[in-house]
Amino acid sequence: MSDASLSTLAAQLAAKQVSSRELAQVYLDRIAALNPAINAFITVDPDKTLLEAAGADVRIAAGNAGPLTGIPVAHKDIFCTDGWLTTCGSKMLSNFVAPYDATVIERFKAAGMPSLGKTNMDEFAMGSSNETSYFGAVKNPWNLAYVPGGSSGGAAACVAARMAPAATGTDTGGSIRQPAALTGITGLKPTYGLVSRYGMIAFASSLDQAGPMALSAEDCALLLNAMTGFDPRDSTSLEREKEDYTRDLEKPLAGLRVGLPREFFAEGLNNEVAAAVEAAVAELKKLGATPVEISLANSKLAIPVYYVLAPAEASSNLSRFDGVRYGYRAPDYANLDDMYCKTRAQGFGAEVKRRILIGAYVLSHGYYDAYYLQAQKIRRLIADDFSEAFKTCDVILGPTAPGTAFKLGEKSDDPVEMYLNDLYTIPANLAGLPGMSLPCGFDAKGLPIGLQLVGNYFSEAKMLNVAHQYQRATNWHAHAPEGLK
Amino acid sequence: MKWETVIGLEVHTQLATKSKIFSGSSTAFGAAPNTQASAVDIALPGVLPVLNRGAVECAIKFGLAIGATLNRVNVFDRKNYFYPDLPKGYQISQLAKPIVEGGALKIIVEGEEKTVNLTRAHMEEDAGKSLHEDFHGMTGIDLNRAGTPLLEIVSEPEMRSSAEAVAYARALHTLVTWIGICDGNMQEGSFRVDANVSVRPVGQAEFGTRREIKNLNSFKFLQQAIDYEVRWQIETLEDGGRIEQATVLFDPDSGETRMMRSKEDAHDYRYFPDPDLLPVKLDEDWIERVRAALPELPVAMQARFQAEYGVSAYDAAVLTGSRALADYFETAARACGQGKLAANWVMGELSAALNKAELGIASSPVSAAQLGALIARIQDGTLSGKLAKQVFEGLWEGAGEVDAIIEARGLKQMSDAGELEKIVDEVLAANPKSVEEFRAGKDKAFNALIGQVMKASKGKANPAQVNDLLKTRLQ
Repeated sequence: MSDASLSTLAAQLAAKQVSSRELAQVYLDRIAALNPAINAFITVDPDKTLLEAAGADVRIAAGNAGPLTGIPVAHKDIFCTDGWLTTCGSKMLSNFVAPYDATVIERFKAAGMPSLGKTNMDEFAMGSSNETSYFGAVKNPWNLAYVPGGSSGGAAACVAARMAPAATGTDTGGSIRQPAALTGITGLKPTYGLVSRYGMIAFASSLDQAGPMALSAEDCALLLNAMTGFDPRDSTSLEREKEDYTRDLEKPLAGLRVGLPREFFAEGLNNEVAAAVEAAVAELKKLGATPVEISLANSKLAIPVYYVLAPAEASSNLSRFDGVRYGYRAPDYANLDDMYCKTRAQGFGAEVKRRILIGAYVLSHGYYDAYYLQAQKIRRLIADDFSEAFKTCDVILGPTAPGTAFKLGEKSDDPVEMYLNDLYTIPANLAGLPGMSLPCGFDAKGLPIGLQLVGNYFSEAKMLNVAHQYQRATNWHAHAPEGLK
Repeated sequence: MKWETVIGLEVHTQLATKSKIFSGSSTAFGAAPNTQASAVDIALPGVLPVLNRGAVECAIKFGLAIGATLNRVNVFDRKNYFYPDLPKGYQISQLAKPIVEGGALKIIVEGEEKTVNLTRAHMEEDAGKSLHEDFHGMTGIDLNRAGTPLLEIVSEPEMRSSAEAVAYARALHTLVTWIGICDGNMQEGSFRVDANVSVRPVGQAEFGTRREIKNLNSFKFLQQAIDYEVRWQIETLEDGGRIEQATVLFDPDSGETRMMRSKEDAHDYRYFPDPDLLPVKLDEDWIERVRAALPELPVAMQARFQAEYGVSAYDAAVLTGSRALADYFETAARACGQGKLAANWVMGELSAALNKAELGIASSPVSAAQLGALIARIQDGTLSGKLAKQVFEGLWEGAGEVDAIIEARGLKQMSDAGELEKIVDEVLAANPKSVEEFRAGKDKAFNALIGQVMKASKGKANPAQVNDLLKTRLQ
């Protein structure tokens, strides 16, 4: 049952073959059994989950069910959830019980999806391995000695280990797509502005975007239907008509032009990943698609640009964590300044502090023009490259990450090496474009390989169509990690 | 050496919106601490600002009223610093692209008209309040005010005396209350002035080093603070000292300014555009709708008062000291058709009575219509000026309408020729000595006779008629 697709689960619920409570219990049991080894969850509260499931059962019995009602979902601990501990993976918020629901949480509640708990993540979503969490690293279900990627590492790992049929994630520079790739699941980052950021703890506001993580493109489409929509509480949320993201899933791919950015198949790409991605291209050709070579020349600057802009915004976004009103406060301090310094020195981990320092530096007087403004200009150029590319192709395809999962601790001493993991995912965030990752093979160690699609603005339905057709023709997404109960 | 003072003002006006600039919380003053602080105001994790269009509209009104450039695209920036009553750790403000640039304000100082140019005006949010008393060594934080919309209005350094600075601040205060974007309540902090003050030798082109006096909340303090600061700067320079750029506070008790922080302590605010807010776009329709709804502005009204009612430029300036005063005057003037007389009454009897009772024009016990009716009765000869003052007292006490008071108190002027002649003849008969003295050339005696007639008529005799009658009889 834990391998079932969301539509199968929905059908079983509708047919009363299983209740939402029973279904939730199946996943809660797997969490109880597997989570101690994987550490994908920061908070699990079975009573709350079962209460919400009971509510879903009432809706189903009353004939009020939507397409996802009764199916449980796990939420990244970056979303404020009323009455739940909401830590953002940080000591700073290790005692913070949110008094309100993020819009994303509200929407899933409205859809009737009980919450299975709050998933582990890199502290304040800053990391690509889930090793920066105050609550400990998450292990990759495919091999517990390996990282699951980050920052939505807990979300990816819990779906990969079938501890949840679906999860929410957030993606600032690849935080949905890279862990999806490293754990062999499907994850989608929507166009910037499609999903409300209200209640989602901000890392880099102009880049952050929430999205679904699940076992297939079809499941992601259903979840996206529940998540998206204008929210007057988020000024960057886009006012546009609701779409059904499942509408194009079954369309044939004949005539599809798939853009292959030459820069994404160059130096730095692992051979096994390159081979798997090329095989995926061959598969799509069989389905009627035509590969087109394109160039994203400025994307080589994406990492330096990102590591100016994201820390700049973060340094300001994280100022509210000052020990004054909520969250962690240092136990001993001499005066106000000392309280600030000790609270933030003790409450934040090394990676977060590193980024706050970089951010404060690039915004400071005399450096702003050289760093922040310059980075904004290049960001524009990177977006222009994409616009140009979409004149000759319908969707862009490449690897999600340059390699497969790496060992715990392998890159944690070298931030730059770690940052390079997001080489292919960051450009879409800088341009505000939608992107997704789906499994396309395994390396010799049996670790999953991710294929990335990047679409034009609001072309989620098109990307999902391509991904779904690929998943109908292949079964990489159906593989489950072995050795797990 | 002769010194010249250079002053520029930065004024924070609290915009009169019902809710805060980036949240739906109320902006009402005086509520229990933290009862008007929402999740957004206390900066819970995950919350986002949403711009209140009412605040933007206030800024548009102001820009139109001073003839400024309205930036069709303007941008909110974050000003980053840590303070316990600044919940987000940054203030949302506008740096590089403010909503209003340029514009000018006319002021009158000692009868001279002068134009002060404005640099800019930008929208921003207020911080909360730190309460250092009553907490036994701790600090209380009240976030009710956090997120209250402000328009910071910055002048060019074009004022050359404290009197000019006060005149500018008053003119600005009049304007922002006039167009209804600020309640102008200085005690509650709705209108706060920072003064940048420097001195330089007369004739020197470059400005001297300035010091900024923060947070002056009355015109009196503004004047005192600048006067002290100017004396201090001149003395310092004449003693061979140097002025260091600094921020200072004015202590009303000692009448002195004291250093708050030097330039070295100045923050690097690390401004950058707020990614949570889109650039503010002003479309022409919106601007035109706001323009159409603007009231007649003080300068236009002054010109009209001079032309329409024949009042002097000075009187027109006084009468447009506030919109309520101007409206009062105009209602009274229209009711009686006597602009100059109405101006005299409003600026004379009425103002004196209001000042004595410490009342504003809006709470005047005598309505403009009543004053107009009173003046009409002077004009038609029913009342003498003296009697009119008695009727005014009756109106002030709430004794009824003008004619009813005249009737009830028997204040009608005696203009019946026969009746007056009778009184005059009686007075002449009873005062042969005065008559004799007058005929001997003593003018004073004439006045004494008039006094006797007025007395005999209990003050009701029409003075002009009495004058004529007496002259005729005595010739």
